[in-house]
Amino acid sequence: MAITRTEVAHLARLARIDLGEEELDHFATQLDVIIGAVARVAEVAADDIPPTSHSVPLTNVLRDDVVGPCLSPDEVLAAAPATEDGRFRVPRILDEE
Amino acid sequence: MTDVVGTTALLPYSKAVAEYDPVIGLEVHVELSTASKMFCACPTAFGAAPNTQVCPTCLGLPGSLPVANRSAVDSTIKIGLALNCSIAEWCRFARKNYFYPDMPKNYQISQYDEPLCTDGWLDVEVDTQDGPRTFRVGIERVHLEEDTGKTLHVGGATGRIHGADYSLVDYNRAGIPLVEIVTKPVPGTGALAPEVARAYVTELREICRTLGVSDVRMEEGSLRCDANVSLAPRGASEWGKRTETKNVNSLRSIERAVHYEIERQAGILAAGGRVVQETRHWHEETGVTTPGRSKEEAQDYRYFPDPDLVPLAPSREWVEELRASLPELPTARRKRLTDEWALSPRDMDALVNAGALDSVEATVAAGAPPAEARKWWLGELARHANEAVTEVSALPIRPAEVARVVELVAEGKLNDQLARQVIEGVLAGDGSPDEIVAARDLAVVSDDAALGDAVDDAIAANPDIAEKVRSGKIAAAGALVGAVMKATRGQADATRVRELILARLGVSG
Amino acid sequence: MTDLTRLSASDIAATIASGEVSAVEVAQAHLDRIATVDESVHAFLHVDREGALAAARAVDSRRASGERLGSLAGVPLALKDVFTQKGVPTTCGSRILEGWRPPFDSTVVRRLRDAGVVILGKTNMDEFAMGSSTENSAYGPTRNPWNLGRIPGGSSGGSSAAVSSYQAPLGIGTDTGGSIRQPAAVTGVVGVKPTYGGVSRYGLVAFSSSLDQAGPLSRSVLDAALLHEVIAGHDPLDSTSIDAPVPPVAEAARLADVTGLRVGVVRELSGEGYQPGVEQRFHEAVELLAKLGADVVEVSCPHFVYALPAYYLIAPSECSSNLARFDGMRYGLRVGDDGTRSTEEVMALTRAAGFGPEVKRRIMLGTYALSSGYYDAYYGQAQKVRTLITRDFDLAFESVDVLVSPTTPTTAFTIGERVDDPMAMYLADLCTIPANLAGNAAMSLPCGLAPEDGLPVGLQIMAPTLADERVYRVGAAVEAALGGVWGHPLLEEAPSL
Repeated sequence: MAITRTEVAHLARLARIDLGEEELDHFATQLDVIIGAVARVAEVAADDIPPTSHSVPLTNVLRDDVVGPCLSPDEVLAAAPATEDGRFRVPRILDEE
Repeated sequence: MTDVVGTTALLPYSKAVAEYDPVIGLEVHVELSTASKMFCACPTAFGAAPNTQVCPTCLGLPGSLPVANRSAVDSTIKIGLALNCSIAEWCRFARKNYFYPDMPKNYQISQYDEPLCTDGWLDVEVDTQDGPRTFRVGIERVHLEEDTGKTLHVGGATGRIHGADYSLVDYNRAGIPLVEIVTKPVPGTGALAPEVARAYVTELREICRTLGVSDVRMEEGSLRCDANVSLAPRGASEWGKRTETKNVNSLRSIERAVHYEIERQAGILAAGGRVVQETRHWHEETGVTTPGRSKEEAQDYRYFPDPDLVPLAPSREWVEELRASLPELPTARRKRLTDEWALSPRDMDALVNAGALDSVEATVAAGAPPAEARKWWLGELARHANEAVTEVSALPIRPAEVARVVELVAEGKLNDQLARQVIEGVLAGDGSPDEIVAARDLAVVSDDAALGDAVDDAIAANPDIAEKVRSGKIAAAGALVGAVMKATRGQADATRVRELILARLGVSG
Repeated sequence: MTDLTRLSASDIAATIASGEVSAVEVAQAHLDRIATVDESVHAFLHVDREGALAAARAVDSRRASGERLGSLAGVPLALKDVFTQKGVPTTCGSRILEGWRPPFDSTVVRRLRDAGVVILGKTNMDEFAMGSSTENSAYGPTRNPWNLGRIPGGSSGGSSAAVSSYQAPLGIGTDTGGSIRQPAAVTGVVGVKPTYGGVSRYGLVAFSSSLDQAGPLSRSVLDAALLHEVIAGHDPLDSTSIDAPVPPVAEAARLADVTGLRVGVVRELSGEGYQPGVEQRFHEAVELLAKLGADVVEVSCPHFVYALPAYYLIAPSECSSNLARFDGMRYGLRVGDDGTRSTEEVMALTRAAGFGPEVKRRIMLGTYALSSGYYDAYYGQAQKVRTLITRDFDLAFESVDVLVSPTTPTTAFTIGERVDDPMAMYLADLCTIPANLAGNAAMSLPCGLAPEDGLPVGLQIMAPTLADERVYRVGAAVEAALGGVWGHPLLEEAPSL
């Protein structure tokens, strides 16, 4: 199963990483090797095996609906690259959600 | 032929529903009114200054972790129970991965293939020419997730994204618990599709209000709705492509948007074109939907179970405890009151549509007969509410006060006209009904001696009308009654006045 | 005058408690040591001189007012730069967080502070904990104190090297696929990964949430146990934290007795790819265990061969999601915002500039494994392998009390040797990954120097989940016995810096 340059470009877009042309080729080669190696998880016949998402068998960890302390707005915005009127300023957004 | 805005004509509604079967679906988001957020202890109060209700967790700072709010889980289960759903015995939160500045982690904690509640239904009633009809709306799922922050778009003409120069983000809302309720597709509504859609959301809102889990104010965003519409040619076995319409911000918009989409899609299909499966945006002012920005590829959210949270496994005892705690739900309550008050279904609908049911019930509880309570709330008070552009329930008059006015009329101390004046007084803040009656010296005059002069004056002033009455046109006496009422500033007992007039003129009525 | 930097943590604590030496003197001695050697080793990214001395002064004043001090009060510690510490730079070894000062403390930091531990500074690491050599740090590699041309292991290479070179008696690292144990093994120190959930992850910048675990690094098993007890315990801020008492690890370390204990040697963790000298030292350690009274048998864990591929699906998947938040919008690096670009473009440019190649590789690998159409074959399947590995452990622990193996197949390789060959690099985690996937507690204990190159070899001891004290019991017994064999601590054979 070869991972193509196009697929890598698609992944980079999904992951919001701007890769240069050379990087795309370089990563494509490396990812292909890695995916080839990890794909062997499929060798294990596992139709009736339940997946494990947590190694600790905890359930129902819940907190009471009680208000607690917040950060101050200064703390919240201190590390922001850009702010305006107490809000985070971000560049124009293209996609609607 | 492709759908280019403005090119393909709408097919008029009656023709559209004659030739095509609409299938609708609704996705409703309800913001829960818990004290703290879904995964952290930040407060949720509406209207705080930007970024003042934020902590490392809801800001998604590196190293932060979520811990689920028990009350939010309870509320979600209660909604599920009210919608006749099955409650999962074991389920997980999942991450929905996509990048957007209002989502600090660039993933939303939600639920994917393991929702908390599934497979329910809700019956909704719509009024038709042939009487009320009930439609059963299937509920696919009810699940729990976290809300996003709020973005302001700066620089564009409309405050919307298109044309904006930059955006400003406030994360106060990020992390507030959100319940998503998704219906199964609802076929078979035909021409009533818009009404059914509206009735469903209205009923859902009532349920949430009754459960006390949310403020469900569409204008504040604590109830949001997306409407799905598809059309199939009549009799076809396969459903058509569906569109999802967002920005439907009021009950009225839901109805209008569904109506429009039916016409729009029918127009395309009738012209031989194909409906594009897409997200559309409703415009309230112009009454149309426009396509959302088309995406090159469908969103791949790469859902996987959130490893920072452990599974939810509501025990059956827990679920039954919640079930036992449910208040009387709207449908049951309406049925009970319809029976108790001997109403027709139409009468009950009128009360519900006017938003007057709570007020009437409270007025009856305060001692007024149901018919009288209804009369006042649907009549005079509804008129006042319209003028003030508000809900009847928001008027500055309490049901107990309305009941007192009804009592005063029943005792003969006030007539309708005087009662209206008392009500106006209460609304104006002049005090209680009794205080107003005393202050303005309002009292019905039914003493014959007191009325006699006024009656004589009215007859004398209107000889032609008096003649008509004498000659048998009893109805004409109304004008004379009116004259007496005017002369007595409305304080005369109208019934007695009419009797006196007829007696004076020597006729029996 | 005793060289305070050569003392164990427990000895330092004792000497401070007795009043013989002040905490400030101890802190100063270690700050001086850092100033002397760290230019060669590069263990630290940030030395918090003021903070350390202030913490030391606080301990001294508590002692002066007669307050009872905790077991590690006044002991200096090197903290991996993956933990948030309020007001102190936290980079996670990445450019994308350069200069970021968190507004909150991680629970680990809070517990260390409450215990009077003196945090000397933040140590170097592979970027976002992804790597086995600390060469993936955006701030340059750390060097192995045994041979400065060699890697110190990763991703907790900085903490491990700091402890190994006597810059701190204690270190905290994190272990997702072996990132405490493998550096410990190649630098000749003790490193422990507690049972998953034993130590709070609140404030631990997440790499792979279902695998990450914080743990101690030290020069003795007892020291590691004392530190383990300080940092472990239930935390209501972490939903995955275990709500149970901390296992009695210090007591077990003092017990140090293995008579009648059943020890299983994992058959699959040996053979091709394992350096002969490493296997030799490992087998000697196993023989020693038998001499100490343990029952040693071979066990098979057949699915362990799938552990590496499963890990390199699960960890990248989780990290592709965990690292999505680094987008230049709220903190950290922002690149390309010249007023004309969109948010989407600025995010992509920021992440391209801010992340190193290994991080980018894993993000894309994880994005791939989770994407629609591939989820079942990759991530879904890997989660099933995880179940099978857990079952292998469960089955093995029915017949033995602990499992042992070499910690890593080779001694420290040279800097630059594997950095361009990701698959070769990943092989360093072969033995350590199973315990991460199943959540078990595991320790790496120095068990000798490989004859080929004179570099440290680690013995890995694994216990069932929640039975952390067993690794300390066995580790302490072997440590004492080896000490007897060698006549001195292994670290004394390291070259002076």
